[in-house]
Amino acid sequence: MTATIALAGNPNAGKTSLFNVLTGARQHVGNYPGVTVEKKEGIYIDQERKFRIVDLPGTYSLTAYSMEEVVARDYLVNEEPAVVIDILDASNLERNLYLTVQLLELGVRVCVALNMMDVAKNRGISINVDKLSMLLGAPVIPMVARSGIGKKEVMVASGEVADLSAVRPKLEITYGEDIDQALAELTDLIKEHRFLTDTYPALWIALKYIEEDKQIKDLGKGADPEVSARLEKIVDRLSRHLQKTLNTYPEALIADHRYGYIKSIIRQGVVTYHHKQDRLYISDKIDKVVTNRFAGPMIAAATIFGLYQFVFVYSEVPVGWFEGFFGWIGGFAETHLPEGLLKSLIISGIIDGVGGVLGFVPLLMFMFFGISLLEDSGYLARVAFMLDRVFRIFGLHGSSVMAFIVSGGIAGGCAVPGVMATRTLKSKRERLATLLTVPFMNCGAKLPVFALLVAAFFSENQAVFMFFITLAAWVGALLVAKLFRSTIIRGASAPFVMELPPYRVPTFRGLVIHTWERTWQYIRKAGTVVLSISILLWAMMTFPGLPKSEEHGFDNARKKILAATPLNTASGLDSQKMGDDLSPQAESVRKALLRVDAQEAEAALKHSVAGRMGIALEKVSHWAGFDWRTNIALVGGFAAKEIVVATMGTAYSLGEVDPEETMGLSKKLANSPNWRPLVALSLIFFVMFYTPCFVAVVCISREAGSWKWGAFSMIFNTLLAFMLAVLIFQIGSALGF
Amino acid sequence: MNVRKMRQMLKNQSGTISAIRANGELGRRIRDMGLVPGASITIRGHAPLKDPVALRVMGFTLTLRNSEADLIDVEVK
Ligand SMILES: Nc1nc2c(ncn2[C@@H]2O[C@H](COP(=O)(O)OP(=O)(O)O)[C@@H](O)[C@H]2O)c(=O)[nH]1
Repeated sequence: MTATIALAGNPNAGKTSLFNVLTGARQHVGNYPGVTVEKKEGIYIDQERKFRIVDLPGTYSLTAYSMEEVVARDYLVNEEPAVVIDILDASNLERNLYLTVQLLELGVRVCVALNMMDVAKNRGISINVDKLSMLLGAPVIPMVARSGIGKKEVMVASGEVADLSAVRPKLEITYGEDIDQALAELTDLIKEHRFLTDTYPALWIALKYIEEDKQIKDLGKGADPEVSARLEKIVDRLSRHLQKTLNTYPEALIADHRYGYIKSIIRQGVVTYHHKQDRLYISDKIDKVVTNRFAGPMIAAATIFGLYQFVFVYSEVPVGWFEGFFGWIGGFAETHLPEGLLKSLIISGIIDGVGGVLGFVPLLMFMFFGISLLEDSGYLARVAFMLDRVFRIFGLHGSSVMAFIVSGGIAGGCAVPGVMATRTLKSKRERLATLLTVPFMNCGAKLPVFALLVAAFFSENQAVFMFFITLAAWVGALLVAKLFRSTIIRGASAPFVMELPPYRVPTFRGLVIHTWERTWQYIRKAGTVVLSISILLWAMMTFPGLPKSEEHGFDNARKKILAATPLNTASGLDSQKMGDDLSPQAESVRKALLRVDAQEAEAALKHSVAGRMGIALEKVSHWAGFDWRTNIALVGGFAAKEIVVATMGTAYSLGEVDPEETMGLSKKLANSPNWRPLVALSLIFFVMFYTPCFVAVVCISREAGSWKWGAFSMIFNTLLAFMLAVLIFQIGSALGF
Repeated sequence: MNVRKMRQMLKNQSGTISAIRANGELGRRIRDMGLVPGASITIRGHAPLKDPVALRVMGFTLTLRNSEADLIDVEVK
């Protein structure tokens, strides 16, 4: 069995860079069981040995503050990796050592990778590596992970640590008389009862009890409630005593002493500063402009707009390739498969379904690339910093902005990459609220619906109307976020406390790996589910077919038309090739035939399960002014919002309608007795707010960690949309519109 | 002694943290990021809407919301 090495370290210390140089392409991404924290694994091989490398989530500490910290800690304790490589940012040693100290306290075998030596050197910081190694009692290897310098040495040192037979004694820091005394008492009790000691060192358990660590205390309660209660009593006594005498909490004292211990290491000549310590670095100079009160927001707006352009404009070409490719496959199936159900299933169910999933891929790759660029360079943190004040009002976080923009905050985005962009949010509640509300934004697929309705009913001031629609989406999304945060996702906002990492130029390789990882995960996870739902929707719109008698009716109609056609015109029709001009008579016959086909399609759709649902739904939907045709279109829109327009076309006997070419349909609607501007307005709001398309639902479920949230967003959004639509329609009708 | 809440500090002002009155999750987070009594800090600036605040501690930059900065007392130099 190959030994496992885990990589631990603060966010931005260069963990990902090291992981990439160690494992190259031999890596894969998954999730830690039960949580949405990414787990990356890879294989390192050199002439002598082979290791399995596991990248732990970046953490500042091993408290149970965030999901990441819990995951990292559980992994270290339960999986017992042979070595933990702790990556430190040498230019920021003091804070980075806080995690190191905790790793040593936990008693894992540590090998320290002292990264960013180039940055430290530029800043005039020199570090006495041997001394640091001696004081920590662990090997310390200087390196520059980005360019792979020191990679070999780190692995040699790790190999040696892995081979050590004796377990290194755990680090024991003194925490002052009061705490040390309590610790001794607690440890005795823990040892005596072998309380959790199979998994954790006794001293560590004692420390966690003093730190009021919820996860460990819950574990303890489950294992042995009686001992746990006794431990808590000791901690209570200590806590009261400290508050009385020192006016502080035990956990604060522990942190003080850890930092004190780190200071004492650093003061022993480990770090020498050749410059004044608080001089301005290049990053600070950039920040002077980039977070300036006036320039800052403008630069942010320009950057966001740039990202948007990059994602949605430049991806057009590859999106075109994908569409072309699936169009070609569809065409191939069209000509080579025998007419019938199988053909319809393959074309409408499978090819369109898979194409629907893969169609997002270029878009996602561009989005992931753009976001990785902003994230790795450090700019995203600045945007969050500047916008936090605004988003906080609605119970969100400064970082939420990206997800909203990408989803269609500037009309024309897509909720799928938007939902995935919420990964940059670290706080749980804010993240959930964000990913549940981003689908309200006007994605590119809703636009054709709006365009159709606006063109048909509000053609005088289209631009104003489109702007109004965008605004409505923002207002709606933010208000719903606020609603969620004060009801179902209630709770204090997570501490904002966030690092503004120094600006760095990301490596292209790093960006590409990042982009591909995220894209591949999407393809794998979404692909399977989407395919089955797509087939289901196809079946709903296909079965049961028209009864034989009605089919005969349409066949007879066709026969009649042909019978009335002179022979030479009819043969011209048969031999018609693409692009050939038909004679005027033949053309009119062809149109008549197509009209019958379209009527048959309408009848078949009305007869299908979806059609019956549409008709049944009329009982409710008439409150909002929708007839059965609109209902089916909306049901179809669950597959992808583009389908709304296409399905309306079928329902209005226009045959397939190309979403880009909706003039005919828009005229038809404008003249239909069932329609008026008020109905259009009601429908616009419904489409804006109702259930996300199912690709988005799949992503929401995945990102939120449970299918419940996916189901919730379908139901809640649809109810909300319906309420709005009814409100608009009823009030409007009462006012006489 | 000139102690004041961190929120009241001006841009480029420095000082030493004298007390942190946050406990629980927030307190832990603040401490994990290196804000402990005795640490010296410098205010680097505020976001365009005056909140959050950015500060320098131990050679890196950290941001806090004003409501969080309220819980930190600083002895200003
Ligand atoms: N100058 C320098 N930059 C580095 C080094 N290692 C990583 N970086 C850069 O630091 C940034 C953060 O690195 P990353 O590996 O993503 O950090 P992580 O958050 O710990 O995974 C990226 O832009 C890297 O290119 C290094 O040794 N020197």
